[in-house]
Amino acid sequence: MTKAIEINCETGQVIERALTALEIEANEAAAAVYLEQKAEADRLAAEKAATKEAVLAKLGLTADEVAALLG
Amino acid sequence: MPTTFTKIAAVTVGAGGAASIDFTSIPSTYTDLCMKVSLRNATSFRNVTINFNNSSANFTLRFLRGDGTNTFSGTYTDFGFNSFGYAPLDGTDTTNTFNNAELYIPNYASANFKSSNLDLVTENNGSTAQAYMQAGLWSQTTAINRLTIAPFSGNFVQYSTATLYGIKNS
Repeated sequence: MTKAIEINCETGQVIERALTALEIEANEAAAAVYLEQKAEADRLAAEKAATKEAVLAKLGLTADEVAALLG
Repeated sequence: MPTTFTKIAAVTVGAGGAASIDFTSIPSTYTDLCMKVSLRNATSFRNVTINFNNSSANFTLRFLRGDGTNTFSGTYTDFGFNSFGYAPLDGTDTTNTFNNAELYIPNYASANFKSSNLDLVTENNGSTAQAYMQAGLWSQTTAINRLTIAPFSGNFVQYSTATLYGIKNS
């Protein structure tokens, strides 16, 4: 069973209960939002890297050569 | 000298793990709240969330993060959940390592929007370990009386701990 530990701060009572449907749904939604944002961040990073590569190709330089030039 | 920092409740996850740790009926008699945790996730994700009063709405976050290779920063406006950073992941990160995090919520019982700050590190004897700072805003005016932390999926492993403190200003 997937259980939640619930601590009542007024009484000190600790119970173990099953996750509610709402809690399961919230966790799944949070994971979906995270994965969506990660995919977008990865896409932007790949786009940036491709742009950099294209500029270097136009200049006829490698990334190492640019790094050496900029010292 | 007044007692300004009081342990309200603490829990250690037992055998079999737990899918959430839920502090309910938090008294409104303190000025601020502070939660200190040591967590490790069992499956799939390093991410951990925290919800206030079971709400999944009106959270805005600004964060800085480093993972040993890259640095990240960002703002999430009107987020559907409140990030509680990261924890080491079973099967991926070094065995028996946990995170170390502190969340501070000033004026949690006020009728204003609630700000918070989170400082966190994870332990991992490898190239990926997280250092994370976050400022949060919950744009609701209800007093906070419930804090729930959970991994995205699966369980916190055994021996994960969470302790909630109340702080009085005098």
